[in-house]
Amino acid sequence: MNGALHLLFAPGLFGSAPVRTAIIVGALVAAVSGLVGVFTVIRRQSFAGHALADLGAVGGSAAFLLGISQLWGFVGAGILAAGLMEVVGIKRVQGRDVATGIVFGFGLGLTALFLYWDTTLPGASNAAISVLFGSLFVIDAGVIPLVLLLSVVACAIILVCYRWLLTDSLSQDLAAVRHIPVRLTGILFLVALALAVELSALTIGAVLSTALLIGPAAAALRLTRRVGRAILVAIGIGVGSTWLGILISYDSYYWFDAHHNWPVSFCIVAVVFIAYLLSGLTLPLRAARLRRSEIVL
Amino acid sequence: MSDPVLVVEGVGVGLSGREILHDVGFGIQPGEFIGLIGSNGAGKTTLLRLILGLQKPSSGVVTVGGRRPGRGGEIIGYLPQKVALDADLPLRARDVVALGLDGQKLGLPLPSVSKRALVDEMLAAVGASEFADVRVGLLSGGQQQRVLIAHALISGPRLLLLDEPLANLDIRSAQEIVELLARVCRERNIAVLLSAHDLNPLLPVMDRIVYLAGGRALCGTSDEVVRSEVLTKLYGRRVDVLRVEGRVLVVAGPEVDETHGHDEP
Repeated sequence: MNGALHLLFAPGLFGSAPVRTAIIVGALVAAVSGLVGVFTVIRRQSFAGHALADLGAVGGSAAFLLGISQLWGFVGAGILAAGLMEVVGIKRVQGRDVATGIVFGFGLGLTALFLYWDTTLPGASNAAISVLFGSLFVIDAGVIPLVLLLSVVACAIILVCYRWLLTDSLSQDLAAVRHIPVRLTGILFLVALALAVELSALTIGAVLSTALLIGPAAAALRLTRRVGRAILVAIGIGVGSTWLGILISYDSYYWFDAHHNWPVSFCIVAVVFIAYLLSGLTLPLRAARLRRSEIVL
Repeated sequence: MSDPVLVVEGVGVGLSGREILHDVGFGIQPGEFIGLIGSNGAGKTTLLRLILGLQKPSSGVVTVGGRRPGRGGEIIGYLPQKVALDADLPLRARDVVALGLDGQKLGLPLPSVSKRALVDEMLAAVGASEFADVRVGLLSGGQQQRVLIAHALISGPRLLLLDEPLANLDIRSAQEIVELLARVCRERNIAVLLSAHDLNPLLPVMDRIVYLAGGRALCGTSDEVVRSEVLTKLYGRRVDVLRVEGRVLVVAGPEVDETHGHDEP
């Protein structure tokens, strides 16, 4: 029994301070992403999520040069980008493939420049990996209160605007007729989206952050037909994938006598991907149920 | 006669030099069923947006229940033309109806017995009880319209606006929806203003018609308005009205008058 446990949880897993921080921060971030992700999919704004991740990376990479914490860099640039998108109009941004592509390309170009400069700084040699692919195992435990605060803000926005967001997703005109402040709702949602994306940029990196946003939500929406349940399932898949990813990454040090960890970001995203594939197995079941209900109707 | 629920007086709307509506005027009494008829681009949606307060007229006045639209909008129920009901959307028919009751409120919806009873009653009234627990995105077009009608009616409006609710329905579903609207709204004394490009499905239930063409409107019973000489004057070109076994066909006349143009895009 003890041997089996040792096989599953490699020695020192729970004793390690970085792992403990990773477990806490990773779970918080995955929970926020799950909640915000469900509404991102419903509102068809995963494109905005990608945009915020790309532009957030500019701030994350500049943070080293400015001597501020990486999370502040991500969040600052993310909120700024969200404001910009609101002014220009998401629909217009989405409609103009070429201009949008060039702007985002330039954003990634700036990231490349800042990351290059970062390598010349003492103690920032890992900047590129950490900005693009995350730094879950090297997060300073001191950042936990800030992560908690930003998580609470993002969740509060979604929970307070819950019914506004749903009515608005049916039809903007319908929401406006019901005296729902449609524009304010859109802005608040973008802020929540920026916070969720930038928090996951801290843990699994700017390049992978939308996987944690969209993956669990998309899987959850296949599994349940109610919003509340979809949110809970998305949070469950997100947090579960994060913890399983941490476990796999930690244990992998002892595999094949390689004495190298598999990158934790890869492990998390891989588990999310598998969860999404597995959720697809329920589609034939659902189709069968629908056929049965059609006979009744 | 009681106070009208809607009065439109001398309303005009111009958009970048083009006149979309010109001197449109009509009124609706409580419980009346009015068909708003016109081809695509005739200004039907613009007129509905004015009544909802989503847009301001360049001239003229709109009064809803004695007030300017967009403030005490609670007396209007609305069914927009485009509602995004994807198969992905995690809302059951009953959730959409419940949003009609409290969708404008903040915070999470808490389950309550009285709310559930109201929603169940509304679903039954529109014949949607059988699919109350099915995702709306998986329902047929006619079933979705029933759910959206319930969404619009559950808050107890006095005027129901519907923007092309029959556009994507087959003939049978369209007929069912029209009969349902006429029955439910007569029972509850709700006035209906329904826009459509074909007036035939509405003929059995319509009290009056508002006919829009080229930004101008005519109001009256279908026998008064849908006549060759009346529509010829409205369109500014020859129009023939043919009646075939209770159905009406409005056809453009043979000669094409380039100077007046045609209102279709």
